[in-house]
Order: sequence, then structure tokens, then C-alpha cells
Amino acid sequence: MKSKRPAIPYLGWMLVFTIVPLVMVVYYAFTDSEGHFSVEPFINASVYSEVFLYSLLIALISTLICLVLAYPLAFSISRCSQRGQSLIIMLLMVPMWMNFILRIYAWVLILQNYGPLDMILNFFGIDVTLIGNSGAVIVGMVYEFLPFMILPLHTVMSKIDSSLIEAAQDLGCSGFYVFRKVILPLSVPGIISGITMVFVPTASTFLVAQYLGGTQFMIGDVIERIFQSDHNTGSAIAVVLMVVILGCLVFMNRFGDKEAVN
Amino acid sequence: MKRVSLIVIAVLIALSSLSLSACGGSTSDDDGFQGEVNVYNWGEYISPGDDGTIDVIKEFQDKYHIKVNYTNFETNEEMYNVLTNSNSTYDVIIPSDYMVARLRNEGMLEKLDFSNIPNYKYIDERFKNMDYDPDNEYSVPYSWGFVAIGYNTDMIKEGSVTGFKDLWDPKYKDDGILMFNNSRDAMAIAMQLCDPPIDPGSKSFTREDIDRATDKLIEEKSVLKKYVMDQVFTEMEGNQSGLCAYYAGDIFTMMDNNEALSYCLPEEGSNLFNDAMCIPSTCKNKENAELFINFMCEPEIAAANAEYITYGTPNTGALEYIDEEMLESELINPPDEYLEKCYTFANLDDDIYSYMQKRFVEACSASAEVSSVEKKAVDPGAVTAVVIILAVIIIATIVIIILDIRKALKNRGRINKI
Repeated sequence: MKSKRPAIPYLGWMLVFTIVPLVMVVYYAFTDSEGHFSVEPFINASVYSEVFLYSLLIALISTLICLVLAYPLAFSISRCSQRGQSLIIMLLMVPMWMNFILRIYAWVLILQNYGPLDMILNFFGIDVTLIGNSGAVIVGMVYEFLPFMILPLHTVMSKIDSSLIEAAQDLGCSGFYVFRKVILPLSVPGIISGITMVFVPTASTFLVAQYLGGTQFMIGDVIERIFQSDHNTGSAIAVVLMVVILGCLVFMNRFGDKEAVN
Repeated sequence: MKRVSLIVIAVLIALSSLSLSACGGSTSDDDGFQGEVNVYNWGEYISPGDDGTIDVIKEFQDKYHIKVNYTNFETNEEMYNVLTNSNSTYDVIIPSDYMVARLRNEGMLEKLDFSNIPNYKYIDERFKNMDYDPDNEYSVPYSWGFVAIGYNTDMIKEGSVTGFKDLWDPKYKDDGILMFNNSRDAMAIAMQLCDPPIDPGSKSFTREDIDRATDKLIEEKSVLKKYVMDQVFTEMEGNQSGLCAYYAGDIFTMMDNNEALSYCLPEEGSNLFNDAMCIPSTCKNKENAELFINFMCEPEIAAANAEYITYGTPNTGALEYIDEEMLESELINPPDEYLEKCYTFANLDDDIYSYMQKRFVEACSASAEVSSVEKKAVDPGAVTAVVIILAVIIIATIVIIILDIRKALKNRGRINKI
């Protein structure tokens, strides 16, 4: 029993800052403005279904792009020398020391009309609007959350023993088979935590769409806005979002376990 | 165990000595302030002291040795929320007219002691006995202004914009049309354009009124670039957008920073607003608050603020200190004929007000492609999709949990056998 005592402060913290807010959100979601039990908030929230699907789609696309970009990068970092690894990881971390809004604002300046990118494209005769659409939102999201994908992938991959890869090669595996049979299965835990760390915040983030997107809101913006006048509907949307994300996580963990066992 | 408690005690001692020294430090180096005042104001709404302007907060601190804790809000609604939902207390707030009325009705304002605010004598009679404070008990007018239209003459021919209806014109879609990102202002403009128009200054709206205005806003989405508040400055000054409806004083500022910009007084008439200084009933430093309000009414200070925020001032004493070019601008002092076309916001019932908020969020989140003819409040396809996703997730989760439990039970059985 003794060994559990140091955990008490953390349990207290969890209780006050995780469990209690969660219970309050669920309570609000199932009551009307007078505090009676009701499913009205969910009926009100159904208006935002379209925004909800749009947000999930954006989050999904951003997560996939992050994964595709981060996987090879994380692998090549993990094969660098120890010193090289810490240097590159630090370089990846440096932008994260800046404020989130500032980084998004930097993208506004890059993508805006007559901005640097627009000018370069215009020079080559390509006339496109880069900002104010879903593409810009995805670019912002990927930039914002890429480090969260790289770091867990790198942690897992740097633990893969090079001798395993060499053994596979000695036994006649082609490059693709080494990847398929050795690297991929061993990096599954990293992929899963990476996806979790990117998908969850992208699905619920706000402000990115307001700065980089056009008139289309994301569900995070809706929750923020609706909370100003109506806690119940806001909570209902939050609960639905939580259930979806929780479901995805349970599913992913399950999938991950199996893969790792095989 | 002993060691753990020793560590805990050591940490506690270290913490307490730290906090003690922190306290000691702060009392000794705050220049001997005798009290404080917490001010909650709009962003960019007080003279800040750069470019040779008066630093109003510093002047006040130097004169009275009272520390000013200054915080900003972006919309009246945000301020109302903070005031009602958070434990932070403010001593001076500067809401707009209808919000003053609302706060007053809800008993959230303190009566002012005007013997502590002698500078009230400078306030123009025109701004006394307003609807939001008929007996002049709760508020001191700070500034006034109205909503106008700004546009970029590099993109749009000078003089071709005449009213709010142009914000709905597909002709200007590629130039970038910006709309208010707050329910009250956006709905008011939409109401004026409804057919037949709804009076946005009315004391009460029906739900149908708001539905019609919402439809009008959704109709605008196919040409609209963005809903903005403070972002309007970067958008317009940086030639990113060509056409916006915003507060006239701010359009004056934008025109100062970008010569291509021009303005128009909307032919439909627009919202005339007053912002007034009030003391919330939760305040802790009422005397300091009154001192601050009085200071803000001093002619030179009022002039400095008016020049910085470029809104009209109700302070008659301030007029002689203000730049002539600014006083002559129609954006600061619109002609009387125009003012007659304007309306002021009335305080709305809670119910209808939150309905307005809700419908505005819906308009904001509605997809732009939906044309006004086939629009529906709820898209049944999307709702079904969300419901199906939810159902699948819940069922899958339950199945997985059941499988896990069965596995665990089996394992336990095996262990028991062994």
C-alpha cells in the first residue's frame, strides 16, 4: 500500500481537473437551461452536423498528411548519429516555443494575396487564391501538429535495433520486405500515439479555421461561439466529439495490440 | 515514511519562503501605489502613449498613485460572459448602450456618485438621458460612433458603393467582402436588407424576424470572404479585402493607413452607438473607479482618447484639443440628416437575444454552397451520417470491451486451474 501514497496528489489533481469537468460537461449536455433532464441540447446540436463532419474530414486529412510526411523523416532521423538526432529534434521543437497564434499568423502572411508565395506563383503565371479555403486550413494544421507526429514515431524507431534490419537483409529480404516485416510492425505503437496526438487536437481545434479558412467554421469554433450564450448545446457538441474521439482511440488501440502481437 | 514527510516539509518551507520573498518584493518595488483599479475595456480603445500621444494609464497612475490593471474584450457579449461567469472583478467597464441597459436591468451596475465625478459637466446634453440610462444614474458616456462601409478604390470604382446592399453583390465577390463577426451588428445589417425591412432598433423581435435575417446572412455567404472583428484592419489595410462594413471611426483609421481606401455612409442608415463607462456591482474599489471615470472625462484626456480611437467624443471640453481634420470628417461627425436615418440598439429579452446568437452561429457555420432557395436549417443527410458514426462507434466499443472481459475471465480460469 505504501508505494501508492505518492500518487495521491496526482489522483487529487485528476479528480479536480479531469473528472469533475468531464462530469459537468456531460451534466450540461443532458439538461436544458432550467436544469431539467432533457435531450434537447443534442437536438439543437444536430444543426451543426455538417460542420462536424467537415471538421472530422479536415482532421483526418491533416493526420494522414502528417503521417506520410513524418514517417520517412522520423526513420531517417532515427538512423542518424546520436548527436545528429538530438540536433534535428531540437530544430523541430524550436518553432513550438513560439506562440500558437503567431505561427498561424505567419501562415496568413505567407499565403495571403500579394504575399510571397502568391507573388512567386504569379511570376510563373499561376493565378490561384491560396488563403480562405480548406486547403489553407489543412496546411496550417499540418504545420502546427507535425512535431507531435514526428516525436512519438522517432522515439519508437530509435529503439529498433539495427541488427534486426541487418538480419532481415542477410536472410534475403528486399528493401520493401524489410520495411513490411520489420520496421512497420515495430513502429506501430509510435504510429498509434502519433495519430492520437494529431487527430484529437486537429478535430477540436479552433482559430486556425478563422484565420486561414474562409467563411467555413470548424466545430471547435462553433463550440467556442455557442458557449457564449448556450452552455447546454455547446456541451452536447463536446460530448459527441468526445465519444467519436474515444471510439477512434479504443479502436486504434485494439488494432495496435493485435499488430504488435503478430 | 519519515523521509517522505521530511521532503514534504522541506518543499513546503521552500515554497513558503519563496512566496514570502515574492510578496516582499512586490510591495517594495511598486512605487508606493495606494490601491488599484481594474479596468475592462474594448481593445485599442484608450490612448496608449506611443507616437507622442498621451499614455492615459500612466498619467492616471502618476497623478493618483493608483495602479491600473487594464484588460481588453472584443465584443460586448464576451464582456458580459466574463462578468457573469468568472470570479474576476472589474471596477470600470465600458460597454455599449444596449449592454448598459441589459446590465442595469439585471442589477449588475452600481449607481455612480456624481459628486466624485465633477467632470461630468463637460458631457454634451445630447448624450444625457439616453434610453439605456434615462436618469443618468449608472453611466458616463465615453464615445460614440456609427457603422459605415469602407472599400478599396483600387478594386472598386470610387462612388459605386452606396449602401449595405452592395455587401451582397456578387460583383464584388472577388474583391473580398467582410462582415461583422458579432451577432448584433451582422443581424442588424441583414434586417435592414430584408424584404420588407425589419427595424433593427426595435425593442423586441419575433423569432421569424431573426429567422428572416439569418436567411439573409446565409444568402450573403456565397459572396462573403470572411466574418471578422479586429482582423478587419489587416485585411483592409493590407489590400487583402476590398469591401467591409465596420465602425466608422475605425474606417477613418484604416484610411489613414492606406490611401486607397474610401468610405460611404450607407444609404439605408446604420447603427448609432454609444459606449459608456460604468461600475459593475461586483466592484471592489468604487472610489478609485469614480476617480478613474472622472479622469477620463478631463478635456485633455478625453481629447487624447478620442484622437487615438478616432470616434466621436461626447465631451464638449475636449473639442478644442482635437485635430480639426478629424472633427471635420463625416466618419467622426456625420451630418445631422444622416444621423436621423440611424437607429440605436435596444436591450433585448434574454430569450430572443440568445436565439439571435444561436442563429448567427448557425449562419456562420452554414456551408456557403447552399443556395438561398434550397436552404434548410438542418441537412438530414449530415445528421444521419453523424448518428450512424456514433452508433457504430458505440457498438464497436461495447463489443471490444465485452471481448476483452471474456478474454480476461478465460485467462483467470486458466490461472485458477493451474
